[in-house]
Amino acid sequence: MTMTDDATLVLPAAQPRLPAALVAERVSAWFGDHQVLEDVDLAMAAGEVTALIGPSGCGKSTFLRILNRMHELVPGASLAGQVLLDGHDIYDPELRPIESRRRIGMVFQKANPFPTMSVHDNVLAGLRLTGRRTRRSTSDDLVERSLRSAGLWEEVKNRLGTPGSSLSGGQQQRLCIARALAVRPDVLLMDEPCSALDPTSTRRVEETIRSIAGEVTVVIVTHNMQQAHRVSDHCAFFLAAEGKPGYIVEQGRTEDIFERPQDERTSDYVNGRFG
Amino acid sequence: MAATAPRKVKVGGVSTELVLHVGSAAFGALALVWLMYQQLLPITGTIGFWLSWYAVFLVLLAAASATTLDRIAVVDRIVGALVTTAGAILVACLAGIVVFTAVRGWTALKHVNFYHDTTAYIGPDASLDQGGIWAAMVGTLEQVAISMIASVPLGIATAVYLSEVRGRLARVVRTVVEAMSAVPTIVAGLFIYSMLILKFGQERSGFAASLALCVSMIPVVVTTAEVVLRLVPGGLREASLALGTTQWQTVRRVVLPTARSGLVTAVLLGVARVIGETSPVLLVAGSTSELNYDAFHGPQVSLPLFVFNEMRLPLDQAIARAFGAAVVLLVLVVVLFGLARVIGGKPPGHLSRRQQRRLAVTAGLAPAPNAVNVGSLEGDMS
Amino acid sequence: MTISVDPPVRTAATRRVISARPTPQDVTFVVAARSAAISTLVVMGLIGLFLLIGAWPALHQQGLSFITEWQWLPEAGTFGIASLLWGTFLIGLFALVVAVPVGFGAALFISEYAPRSIKGSLITLVDLMAAVPSIIYAMWALFFLQAHLLTVAQWISVHFGPVLPFLRVNTPDSPSSYTSSAFIAGIAVGVVVLPTVTSIMREVFAQAPIGEREGAIALGATRWGMIRTVVIPFGRSGIVGGIMLGLGRALGETIVVYAVISPMFEFTTHPLQSGTNTIASHIASRYSESGGVALSGLLGAGLVLFLFTLVINTLAGIVVSRSRSGSATEI
Repeated sequence: MTMTDDATLVLPAAQPRLPAALVAERVSAWFGDHQVLEDVDLAMAAGEVTALIGPSGCGKSTFLRILNRMHELVPGASLAGQVLLDGHDIYDPELRPIESRRRIGMVFQKANPFPTMSVHDNVLAGLRLTGRRTRRSTSDDLVERSLRSAGLWEEVKNRLGTPGSSLSGGQQQRLCIARALAVRPDVLLMDEPCSALDPTSTRRVEETIRSIAGEVTVVIVTHNMQQAHRVSDHCAFFLAAEGKPGYIVEQGRTEDIFERPQDERTSDYVNGRFG
Repeated sequence: MAATAPRKVKVGGVSTELVLHVGSAAFGALALVWLMYQQLLPITGTIGFWLSWYAVFLVLLAAASATTLDRIAVVDRIVGALVTTAGAILVACLAGIVVFTAVRGWTALKHVNFYHDTTAYIGPDASLDQGGIWAAMVGTLEQVAISMIASVPLGIATAVYLSEVRGRLARVVRTVVEAMSAVPTIVAGLFIYSMLILKFGQERSGFAASLALCVSMIPVVVTTAEVVLRLVPGGLREASLALGTTQWQTVRRVVLPTARSGLVTAVLLGVARVIGETSPVLLVAGSTSELNYDAFHGPQVSLPLFVFNEMRLPLDQAIARAFGAAVVLLVLVVVLFGLARVIGGKPPGHLSRRQQRRLAVTAGLAPAPNAVNVGSLEGDMS
Repeated sequence: MTISVDPPVRTAATRRVISARPTPQDVTFVVAARSAAISTLVVMGLIGLFLLIGAWPALHQQGLSFITEWQWLPEAGTFGIASLLWGTFLIGLFALVVAVPVGFGAALFISEYAPRSIKGSLITLVDLMAAVPSIIYAMWALFFLQAHLLTVAQWISVHFGPVLPFLRVNTPDSPSSYTSSAFIAGIAVGVVVLPTVTSIMREVFAQAPIGEREGAIALGATRWGMIRTVVIPFGRSGIVGGIMLGLGRALGETIVVYAVISPMFEFTTHPLQSGTNTIASHIASRYSESGGVALSGLLGAGLVLFLFTLVINTLAGIVVSRSRSGSATEI
C-alpha cells in the first residue's frame, strides 16, 4: 500500500477502511406507467453479502440497478424513495451519477470484458476510462492485487497482454469482477453473475465472493437457492403477483430464511415448490 | 447384429427429369426459332432472335413438364425458370459492363505513359503513346481526400448522436439524412455552384468539387456508421458506465474502439460512392486537362471528369483513353469495396493479429512465451 | 429472527425526479454531437434555400408557364420545363419497365432460389453493381447497349408500329431514326437502378418469417406457392418501396441520359424516335453556356427535381420502414 505517495494517483480511500452500508428506503420503481417495485425497504450491511432471491420478473434486477443509478439509463424509468450510501442519498440532485457508480461497482449477468482491451487494460479500465493516471509500478501492483482478489491471477498472469475476450466464460466473469474491484468500490452489485457459467466456474466465482466479503459490501441477485445459501449472510425474498409490482415478502439472516422462514410463500420458494 | 454402413439419402439436387425437360425445351426452341427467322420473318438481329427463343423455350418447357407434372408443379417450374433468368440477367449485366470496359480500355492501359503523363499539351487525336491520366488521378485523390476530411468527422459525429445521444432530434435527423442520400448528384453540384460560385464569387476548383461530393458522402457515412455503432453490445456500454465513467469516456474509449472496423467500412463505402461521381464535379470543378496540384485555386480535372470529357470526342484515341480511365476508376471502386467487405465482415471488437500484438506491447508486457497461439484462443470469442 | 413483511399498506410513494447532473465533459460531448447532427439538417436546408434564391428570377418572370412551357428559349424570354418533365417521366417509366421485373425476379432468385453457396457472392455482386460509377454505365450504354438496342427498337417498330401508333418513327428504314431515343436512355437507366431495386426487395424478402415459410412448405406447397402465400404478402411494402426508390434514382440520373440522348424540346409520343430530354441532363448540358435568367431557369429546374426526388424518397422511406425493423445491416 504505497500508492499514496504517488501525486497523480487519485484512488478513493487507499488506506484500509470499513466498507459502507447501503440502505434502501421505501423504494418504488416504474417503467413508464408500469410499476415494477413497491415500497422496498432493505438494509445491506457493510462488509456482508446480501442475496436477493425470488422468481423471475419480481423486480430483483431492477432493484439492483437502482442501487447504482443504472436504472435511469432505461428510457422512461423513474423511482420513488431513497438509497443511502453511508447515510447519503445517492439520488441527491447535487450528486452526479458517475460519483455514485464509482463507489458502487457492478458485475453483470453476461461477462462483458472490453474486447478492444487486454486483460491487463481491462482490469485498469475503471481508472483509465475515468481519466485517472497511475504510475506503472502502482498500476501493475493494482492489476495483480485485483486479479488475485478475483481468483484469476494464477490463470492469466502469463497472458496479461491477450484480449480480455480471449479468456473462457468463467475467466471473463472473474475478469469483470477484478475490473470492478480495481476501482476499490465500497459496494459490489452482482446481477446473476453465474447464470451463464458452468458448475466449476460457478464454484470459483462463489469462492471469490466469499473472499472479498469483508472488504466490500456485496449484493447479489441469484436464481440459485443453493448459491444464495452458500454465499450470503442476509437474504431478501422478492415476490410479485401477476401484473403487480414486486415487494419484499421476507428478509433476514440467510440461515433463518432457509431454515425458519416465517412466511409460507418463502418456505415454498426456498424449498423449490414454485418459481 | 452387424449393420451395414448407413447410406446417406441424397436430398435436393437436380433430377435427371428436370435436365431432360430443360434440355429438350431449349433445343426445341432453338430449332423452331431458327426456322422462324429463316423462313417466316424478314429481319435479323441477335437480340430479337434470343428474345423469341426464350419465349418459345418457356412454352416448350411448360409442355414438356406437363407430361409428368400436375398444373401447380408446372407453374412452379416456369416461375423458377423466369426467376433464375432474372438473376442471370443481373449477373450478365455486371459482367458485361466490366468485361466490355476492360476490353475497350486495354489499348490505352498497356501504355506506361498513360499512368504518369497528362493530356495537357497534346491534341485529342494524339496517339496513345502520348498523354495519360496523371492529372486526373491527382485531382481525384485530392478531391476525395478533402471531402473525407469534411464528411467523415461530421458523419461519424452525427451517427454518434443518432445511436448514443438519441436526442429528441434523432428522428428528424434520420429522415433528413435518408432524404439527403436521395438528392440527385447533379442537384448537389448545382447547390455548390449557386452558393460558392454565384453567391460568394469563388472560382471553379477542386475544392468546390469536394464540397459537392460531401453532399453524397455524408449520408453514406452516417447511415453505415449508425448501423455499426448499434452493433456494439449494450452490455459494454453498461459495464463502462457502471465503472463510473462519463458518457463521453464510454463513447471515446469503449464504443468507438469496439466499432472501429465497422467505422472504417463506413468511410470506405462513402469513398467508393463518391470517387466515381461525375455530375456534381462537372458543374463546379471547371475544365482543364492540365496538372493542377492546388485543389483550392483553378480548375482541376478528376478521373470521372476525364472520362466524361474524352468520351464525348469523336476520336478513337480519345475514346480509348476514356475507357482506360474508366477501368482505373472501376478498379479503385472494386478495391475499396473489397476492403470494406474484408474489414467490415468481422464482428465488433474483433482484433487482427497485428492489433493483438500491439495490445500486448501497450500493456507493457513482452509477449509471453505462449502468446504465439493467441489465434487459437479466438475460438472462445462469440 | 426474520421479519415478515406484508404487502405494503403504507401511503403511496411519490415519484422522484431523477436529476442526472451531467459532467461538463458530457455537456460538451452532447452539444458537439448535436451540432454535427444539426449541421446535416442545415446542409439540406441550404440546398433548398440556395436553389430557391437562384431560381427566383426565372420563377418570378415565367410564373406558371415555367411548368407549362415546352420550349427553352431564354433569349426570347420563353422557357419552361414541360418538355423536360415529360422526358424525365418517359425515361423513368422505361427504366422501371426494365428494372422492376428483372429486379423483382433477381431479388426472389437471390433470397429463395440461389444455392446457399453462391448467395453471399450474389449479394456482394448486387452491392458492387450499385457502387459502379454511372459514368461507366454511360459508356457502356453509349458504345455497347445502343448498338444492340437499335435493332430491337427497329424490330418492335416495324412489327408493332402498324397496330400501335406510338411505336412508329419517322423514317423506319434508317437505323439513325432510333438512336438517342427515350427508349434506349430509359433502358440504360433501368440497368443503373436495377441493383437499387433488387437489394431493397431482397432485404425485405429475406425477412419473411421462417415459421410461416415452413408452415406453407409443410402443407405441401411448391416453392412458388410458398413465395406467393408468404414471401410476397410479407414483402409487399418492400416491393413498393423498392420501386419508388428506384424511380427516385432514375429521375435524378444525369450522366447516362446525357451520354445517350440528343436533346429535344417537344412533346413526343414516339419514345422509339430519336430525341428527348430530362431535367438532370438538361442542367448538365446547359450550365456552362448559361447566364442571367437562363441560369436561373436551370436552378429552377434543379429545384423541381430536388423536390420531386425528396417527395418520392420520403414516401418510399415511410413505406419501406413500415416493413423493415431498422436493424438490417447494409454492409
